[in-house]
Amino acid sequence: MEGYFDLNEMQLDALKEISNIGAGNAATSLSIMLDRKIEVSVPKVNIAPFAEIIKTIGGAEKEVAGGYLLVNSNTPMGILFLLPGEQVPFFLDLLFGSTSETQTVNSQQLNEMQESALIEIVNILAGSYLNALGFFTQRVFVPSVPALAIDMAGAILGEVLQSIGIVSDYALIIENMFSEEEKKINGYFFLLPEPQALEILLNALGV
Amino acid sequence: MVNESVKIGIAEFKIARTPISIITTGLGSCVGVCLWDPIIKIGGMVHIMLPDSKQGRNVLNRAKYADSGIELLIEELCKNGAQKSRLVAKIAGGAQMFNFPNANKTMKIGNRNIVAVKNTLKFYKIKLLAEDIGGNYGRTIEFFTKNGQLLVKSICKGVKVI
Repeated sequence: MEGYFDLNEMQLDALKEISNIGAGNAATSLSIMLDRKIEVSVPKVNIAPFAEIIKTIGGAEKEVAGGYLLVNSNTPMGILFLLPGEQVPFFLDLLFGSTSETQTVNSQQLNEMQESALIEIVNILAGSYLNALGFFTQRVFVPSVPALAIDMAGAILGEVLQSIGIVSDYALIIENMFSEEEKKINGYFFLLPEPQALEILLNALGV
Repeated sequence: MVNESVKIGIAEFKIARTPISIITTGLGSCVGVCLWDPIIKIGGMVHIMLPDSKQGRNVLNRAKYADSGIELLIEELCKNGAQKSRLVAKIAGGAQMFNFPNANKTMKIGNRNIVAVKNTLKFYKIKLLAEDIGGNYGRTIEFFTKNGQLLVKSICKGVKVI
């Protein structure tokens, strides 16, 4: 695969479909963890220059919590889960079942337990997602341990896009949005396959 | 008079004349390199994301890399009346946003970006006047072509001028 622009309509649809199933699986896991109904949006596939990709997530300066992990080197892909910074305390409340104490949490000053809880969420989400992907493609995807950063969206996404930057001026990003009924949570789940991984995925899907 | 500003995104560059300032938001491991000719007060900024264009497989966008990005910026400034010998530099960024438990060297891209930027500046004999680099946090920067000041903002450290 020379570039992301060679993809045809059917291949894009296939990517959306696997992402749909992967994200559905991940939403179920999140639902169980948080004991809330989590909905997942229809996936979007976006092929754009890096600067455009960053604009789509609400601007480079917006504070977000990002959990990032890498999938094994045979199929190099990045997975990023983004949560708006202001939702982090509420998210932690749901996880720990506490109320007033964590409401005042400054997302810049999480303790070790809170950080590790967020990392674990990303771990579980990515694991469920990759399970579905593996089932469809008959491959085993080994994710790294996620790393967490809470900062400007541009700074976080910039680092995530770097490995793709070595091979392309554009990124292909498959996006699913998670939300819950009261709209107090809306997280974004991104799959970023490098060209090499994309070829493997599409071959395995037979498109 | 309201000072105008122009914005650049990741792997982009722009040049501007006084009193226009150049802004880039959300620098993480990327580095914002600002060059300035103090005599005619023209300046430029490039938001580089990778250290070395020789490692890239297809280099269409020169602004993406430290070496070719700085070269591009010098060319554009000189085309617009700047003198290479007068150019001075200020840089910001090069953080490491994610700390993977068993990160290998290739992952420390922020640091590699900084090294590449400094080497390139040295190569072109451009004096580095100030820097705000490293750490594990994102930065937004604004470069003022009227006085060569660089404003650096971050969520956790506030605002400073270098």
